[in-house]
Amino acid sequence: MIKLSLSLLGTLALVLGGASTDAVAQTPKRGGILKFAVSAEPPNYDCHAATSFAFIHPVRPHYNTLLKFDEPNYPKVKGDLAQSWTMSPDGLTYTFKLKPNIKFHDGTPMTSADVKASYERIVNPTGGAVSIRKAAYSDIASIETPDAQTVVFKLKARNASMLTNFASPWDCIYSAAKIKADPKFPEKNVLGTGPFKFVEHVAGSHWVGERFADYFEKGRPYLDGFRAIFITNTAARVNALQAGEVLSEFRGHSPADRDRLKAALGDKIVVHESPWICSLVVTFNTEKKPFDDARVRRALSLAIDRWKGAEALSKIALVRNVGGVLRPGYEMAAKEAELVKYPGYGKDINKARAEAKKLLEQAGVKDLKIKFLNRNIPMPYTPVGIFLIDQWRQIGVTVEHDQPETRAYITGLRGGNYEAGLDFNCDAVDDPNLQLAKFISADKSPINYGRYTDRKLDDLYNKQKGELDNKKRYALIREFEQHALNEAYSIPIIWWHRIIINWKQIKGWYMSPSHYLNQDLQDVWLDS
Amino acid sequence: MSIITATPEITYKVPRRRHPAMQFVATQPLGAASLVFIVMLFLAGVFADFVVPYDPLTLDYEAMLAAPSAEHWLGTDAFGRDVFSRIIFGARTALAVGLLSSFLGSTIGAAIGVASAHFGGRVDLAIQGFMDVLLSFPIIVLALAVVAMLGKRLVGGIDVNLILAIAIPMMPRVERVVRSSALAIREMAYIDAARAAGYGNMRIIFRHMAPNVVAPYLIMFTAFMAQAILLEASLSFLGLGVTEPTAAWGLMLSGTSQEFYSQAPWMIIFPGVAISLAVFSFNLFGDSLRDYLDPRLKV
Amino acid sequence: MLRYTIHRALLMIPTLLGVAVLVFVLLRLMPGDIVEMRFLLEGGQVSPETLAAERARLGLDKEIWWQFYDWMTGIFVGDFGISMWTGRPVIGEIATRLELSMQVAIMATVLATMLALPLGTIAALYKDSWIDRLIQVFAIAGLAVPSFWLGMLIILGLLLNFNWIPPLTFTPIYEDPAKNLSQLIWPALAVGYRYMAVAARMTRSTILEVLQEDYIRTARAKGLYERLVVGRHAMRNAMLPVITVIGLEFAFLIGGLVVTEQVFNLNGIGKLFVDTVTRADYTMVQALVMLVAVFFILINFAVDLLYAVFDPRIRYN
Repeated sequence: MIKLSLSLLGTLALVLGGASTDAVAQTPKRGGILKFAVSAEPPNYDCHAATSFAFIHPVRPHYNTLLKFDEPNYPKVKGDLAQSWTMSPDGLTYTFKLKPNIKFHDGTPMTSADVKASYERIVNPTGGAVSIRKAAYSDIASIETPDAQTVVFKLKARNASMLTNFASPWDCIYSAAKIKADPKFPEKNVLGTGPFKFVEHVAGSHWVGERFADYFEKGRPYLDGFRAIFITNTAARVNALQAGEVLSEFRGHSPADRDRLKAALGDKIVVHESPWICSLVVTFNTEKKPFDDARVRRALSLAIDRWKGAEALSKIALVRNVGGVLRPGYEMAAKEAELVKYPGYGKDINKARAEAKKLLEQAGVKDLKIKFLNRNIPMPYTPVGIFLIDQWRQIGVTVEHDQPETRAYITGLRGGNYEAGLDFNCDAVDDPNLQLAKFISADKSPINYGRYTDRKLDDLYNKQKGELDNKKRYALIREFEQHALNEAYSIPIIWWHRIIINWKQIKGWYMSPSHYLNQDLQDVWLDS
Repeated sequence: MSIITATPEITYKVPRRRHPAMQFVATQPLGAASLVFIVMLFLAGVFADFVVPYDPLTLDYEAMLAAPSAEHWLGTDAFGRDVFSRIIFGARTALAVGLLSSFLGSTIGAAIGVASAHFGGRVDLAIQGFMDVLLSFPIIVLALAVVAMLGKRLVGGIDVNLILAIAIPMMPRVERVVRSSALAIREMAYIDAARAAGYGNMRIIFRHMAPNVVAPYLIMFTAFMAQAILLEASLSFLGLGVTEPTAAWGLMLSGTSQEFYSQAPWMIIFPGVAISLAVFSFNLFGDSLRDYLDPRLKV
Repeated sequence: MLRYTIHRALLMIPTLLGVAVLVFVLLRLMPGDIVEMRFLLEGGQVSPETLAAERARLGLDKEIWWQFYDWMTGIFVGDFGISMWTGRPVIGEIATRLELSMQVAIMATVLATMLALPLGTIAALYKDSWIDRLIQVFAIAGLAVPSFWLGMLIILGLLLNFNWIPPLTFTPIYEDPAKNLSQLIWPALAVGYRYMAVAARMTRSTILEVLQEDYIRTARAKGLYERLVVGRHAMRNAMLPVITVIGLEFAFLIGGLVVTEQVFNLNGIGKLFVDTVTRADYTMVQALVMLVAVFFILINFAVDLLYAVFDPRIRYN
């Protein structure tokens, strides 16, 4: 008790000192509770088994990872728990030095043993623990801890994405002692080293964290705490933001929400926008006729006026950019000049549609009727679905829009019980290994629902994965992309566009192309 | 074989009566007015293609979120689709779903009710047991469960399983009312007579009992028509009913209109008014019909 | 009376068992399960082995008979199981939400009754006058306006006029009555209108019926004041069906706030139900449906007993 009040006094003195020496408004202020909305709720508390942003937003502030993305300078990485790191010239050994004086929220020190135990839990979970990103770490051969401050990862094969992997927001470092006693400990308990301690989670309602006074970054976090409020209904969420009941929502808003809030609140809010590492893809079930015929698939791709559609849809849905297999704007993604050469990406839509009709004719397909499986979520699935139906109608294809309950949608896609479907892909980082996995053969990728085998794609995938030279990797990816779009098993339609609306008192928060990143709230502060 | 060999000639002094329709109009002016509205709604739904100024499915990116004007009487939605046209086509959806589901629910319910009353004993007990089970679910919960279980099966743009999902919760409620009416009839002399005359079950049920439960059946049918429209709207609002791009009132209140409703309030006001008016007139008509046919019946 | 009570109580058991079987089977007939929902919802690259392991962990790989047996035996010792989604006991999950739903339901009941009884009575007394017509139209409109739409309009009105919305998180009424009421009064109003309409209509029709009974005519013939006739004789005898309708509507509200809770972002039973159905959280849906059914059946039971008290003929049938 005494210790607590002493530390409080200490921080108070620090704040007062800071304020007196530097009167400029941009000096971060201590204090305040950040209230933000989350549109879904995490099922349990285990990072290694989670996939949802609904998990990241309330949970990430309680934990640290080995590396993290340098907020304003994405995609550069910086140390989170790691002070420094080196990669051996052969690309097979990564050595991390940890920062000093890191403590868990229960007061125990964090050492290299905790890092090792946590990564072992990710690579090879035991005792009922669930790890769902094993594949990304399958190249790890061993983890060594020469001393309490040093961790060494040895790889079996070179992996161009390894550093990005170490910055993954899902790789929370847990206490080795706790997960040894009970591998499932993190499912129901939150014990991390992060800037905020866990206070309470009222199911269905809200989640509260408070400032961790012994946090290893001195003077951080600035906030006294945060309160995440679960609001599933879109309208209710935007209403809450407009009324100032919450100051932000970190997943993303539709353009409609932006315009509405801008009109209602004027300069009380700040709007951040960025392309988003989420894409919408139409996948064809290649086991069903006539979608086994590449000409039919390509014709359907050609019929879509992506450029005009993107312009119109961006006014009403959270999508904006035309792109290929990688996020538009990402250094490894195709530039516009390269894109327009792919089938379905040309700017002359009449020519493309004429070609589409010819392809259908050649394939002997007349009066094509498609049952189109779409997800039962208004934003952005329904608008894009309505758009596609309209586009296909223009080459004489009739579409039946099937938007079943979410469960039936997922089973339909996975079980091959569909003809064409609107699929999505959202990743935490720009990483060809992650995004290209949607397109490789079904037996190599758990997220390919097109049920096809294409060894050429698999081969190119493996080549680019082991290629440490960015230029050569870029060329390999283009080759991959050209082939994937010609075959048109899965065709990218449009990339998402992330719009974040913050009340202007939120400072120190940085926009990123992923709603999974920059959410530890360590440097966020509230201006009065 | 029959015991009653000759029907005695009884002559009633029948008072001069107006035609039943005229009688209805005279005694139930509100009901008659609502009937007119209902007929108009049906006509609009059936001839929607000729009534609407725009195709309800055509996207118009130049006219997104346009406010009500001379061109778009009730404005447009987020895709530039004409709200008025979609409401008219929505009437088609609402009436089709409402009519089919309440017809299905009331008819099956009435048939089971009459049969249950007729057979009595164990059959009655078993049927009532099952109806009790169904009645223990709130209507929307049962409908949700059925929708989630059956998924969607579109026939002519209309989801057959949605109709089932709405009909099933109604069935036991109709069954209850019809059964009790039928029970009262069962005790009457002429049914005994028919039984004594050796008529089969089917004949007794359909020729003798069924005509006597027509009044409660009709009343329940209209009342549930209103309920069905409401329920369809609720399910569509939750995303479990009708699917885009089909025009449906509940659907017009959900999805993108959820995002736009404070900028473009016409997107939610008019479909809501349409639902309310339709349900209102069916309720009013149902009430009048009850007052006219059988004032003591509780629905 | 005791015999009737016991007999009637025993009848509840098969009904509940029927509900249990029905919900259990319905849930498992749907394609897909919670494991897919949890891991694939956001497109994670999850291997089939992980999915299988998770299924085994939740007992979903067992034969359906065993699953049912496990569930039933659990209930008999008061264990309703663990939510497949959160891993926490189902009872606790429901308990956190029950208070809110109960309060909205009770408030709606109070509001509805307070309005419905006088309106229904007035309408009956002035049958076929303009005031009767007005009340009837008002009541029928209550049945016609979807309560979720009314809710949307209420929020829109509050936001546009006062730039204010009801609080987002629930505060129990004994902690901060003002804050509590400022959150829950709006949904209570939205659902209360319909509720009021149902009760007012019932009040009107039963009073009309009672007014035609012989003893009322006798009372009037005796020369009793009209107010006494209505107040003492008619009202008392008309109350039973009205109470019935109020009780049943109340029972429905507990599970029936499904759509309205979405609009107001209320953390109640209805929202939980929609969430858990879409997630296919079997244990949770089962427990919720059973809870609502038990509640409903108990109210029915109480109503039947009430009738038996007032009408001895029922007891001996």
